Amino acid sequence: MKKALSLLLVGAMTLSLAACGGNGDSASTDSAAEESTTTEETEAADSEGGEAFKIGGIGPITGGTAIYGTAVQNGIQIAVDEINAAGGINGYQIDYNFQDDEGDSEKAINAYNTLKDWGMQVLVGAVTSAPCIAVAEETRNDNMFQITPSGTAVECVQYPNALRMCFSDPTQGTESAKYIGENGMATKVAVIYDSSDVYSTGIYEAFAAEAANQPFEVVSVEAFTADSKTDFSVQVQKSKEAGADLLFMPFYYTEASLVLAECDKQGYEPTFFGCDGMDGILGVENFDVALAEGLTFLAPFVAKSEDEMVQNFVTKYEEAYGETPNQFAADAYDSVYVVKAAIEAAGATPDMSVSDLCDAMMGAMSSVTYDGVTGKSITWTDGEPNKAPLVVQVSGGEYTEL
Amino acid sequence: MIGFISYLVNGISLGSVYAIIALGYTMVYGIAKMLNFAHGDVIMIGAFVVFSTVSGAGLPPVVGVLISVVACTLLGMAIERIAYKPLRKASKLAVLITAIGVSYFLQNVALLIYGANTKSFTSVVAIEPISLMDGSLVISGETIVTVIACIIIMIGLMTFMKYSKSGRAMLAVSEDSGAAQLMGVNVNSTIALTFAIGSALAAIAGVLLCSSYPSLTPYTGSMPGIKAFVAAVFGGIGSIPGAFIGGILLGVIEILGKAYISSQLADAIVFAVLIIVLLVKPTGLLGRQIQEKV
Repeated sequence: MKKALSLLLVGAMTLSLAACGGNGDSASTDSAAEESTTTEETEAADSEGGEAFKIGGIGPITGGTAIYGTAVQNGIQIAVDEINAAGGINGYQIDYNFQDDEGDSEKAINAYNTLKDWGMQVLVGAVTSAPCIAVAEETRNDNMFQITPSGTAVECVQYPNALRMCFSDPTQGTESAKYIGENGMATKVAVIYDSSDVYSTGIYEAFAAEAANQPFEVVSVEAFTADSKTDFSVQVQKSKEAGADLLFMPFYYTEASLVLAECDKQGYEPTFFGCDGMDGILGVENFDVALAEGLTFLAPFVAKSEDEMVQNFVTKYEEAYGETPNQFAADAYDSVYVVKAAIEAAGATPDMSVSDLCDAMMGAMSSVTYDGVTGKSITWTDGEPNKAPLVVQVSGGEYTEL
Repeated sequence: MIGFISYLVNGISLGSVYAIIALGYTMVYGIAKMLNFAHGDVIMIGAFVVFSTVSGAGLPPVVGVLISVVACTLLGMAIERIAYKPLRKASKLAVLITAIGVSYFLQNVALLIYGANTKSFTSVVAIEPISLMDGSLVISGETIVTVIACIIIMIGLMTFMKYSKSGRAMLAVSEDSGAAQLMGVNVNSTIALTFAIGSALAAIAGVLLCSSYPSLTPYTGSMPGIKAFVAAVFGGIGSIPGAFIGGILLGVIEILGKAYISSQLADAIVFAVLIIVLLVKPTGLLGRQIQEKV
């Protein structure tokens, strides 16, 4: 029995070695076949070899942040399918491969190396900030064009070969403070933030800086960390005791659902204000949406928008994956189209080297003005998109654009 | 002052959940002499079973909790039979690593079945909150039930250990499993029973944890599991009253530390207290000094 098992293992190892040793084409066909979501068109393009743009994606499709990675993976897939069906970029098809990083920096580097072996020329990723910063060091060494759909930390785009599709953390913090101040939403503000998370800390710091110029007063600042995010009784009680009439929550909806439940438990009813991490709170299974009534947040994308492009994307996404796309999927979808726009503006071809392609695309980015599902007439300055956030409010159990 | 009492109540509530989890840890350690790191994930499975039966299938909460207790008991015994029993004679390290493996296995099974999306857990407690001093001090129904459940479980376990035949068999196995076997105690079935009780407690802990903090993911059990392990060590691992006191103290220190020192340093304070206790009393608050025989 044991002998049979070891023989089997040896056999499997030999096979995998053979697969590694094969030429680029067969290896990439293998990975394309493994990637269950990869479509027929991609495989067809793949067999031609060197005739397609190879776009790689990195993000968490397992682990605690899997919901974001999966959305990005699906969003990219829809854009790739659309582009390939419409004749590709400059007449070349797109070949797409997505690797899991489990939201972990080291695994993101492994994923990047796997994709490089596959022949990736352009990277859409990574999804979460910390892995994105780690991968940015690698793409800089290789001078590879990188666009992160959702890496909000400042460092994600610190090098000239990288840009992002979403807002940066400081932008969100500053815009939130301005919005609260200009609309007179509160006089006393309490903040709860996740001090172990770059996203949350980044927003909080910019918010605190801008709050000094605004007509409201920050009366209470409490933090929590990744290791103690089940019990919010103290943070909520302190905000309540400070008499805050608005609670600013720059973190993700998973924790927000707990904070909202705790506020309800303590009978505390301030105005709730959040950032794009709140997008998805109504999708929490079994969540009592009445708790989130009146929650206001800044977001780049609202699935209910009347915009034609948005409706086209939302319909296709719902048909393919049976759920309404969130902003991560939308940013990912736009990212692929930005890659397309940059390649077209540069007049690039798939036979260019990774570094030449990057230089050509980056050179062309200054002339790109992009209309997408997460904003119109977007231009880029130092890797940052110039777009205005939408203000979304939960009303009657649905997201409503204000 | 009211603020302080309110923090104290929250601390005791959180501590009671830690205590129930720690009781499961400490029983398994005391009798099987192994750290069952999968305990936290059995909690998560217990909570998911209640989520599926109560929120999903619409059964009454009491039935859901009973199903969950039965399911976790069976799961605990299955884990023991499949993963730990073959390693009874293996090194401690091998068992420890297997336990970590089981923990990952359970997390990933839950991930496969339920997905990574957060589920909101509907509280199974229907008791109205008690409002004292004109509403400035609110004690939730969950808090009351958790604290009472914790005390009942602790007293029940101590009585069971002291007066029942299987309880005394457990004590005998924990003293010296070899000698117990010679005296006619069935060591294997005693250890299986320990896992059954520990896992049943995990199911109850899972329900109470998620009723107080209503968010459920495949990773829900891991951090409370680690904190409860700390509580068990704090109180003296292997000791049932120790786990209870350790759990309550840990919860109270965590909440008061958060409230009066720093909300970011809560965990650091908890662990600093643990280190000091272990420096002064290496076996924990109520742990016994075991003489190594030569």
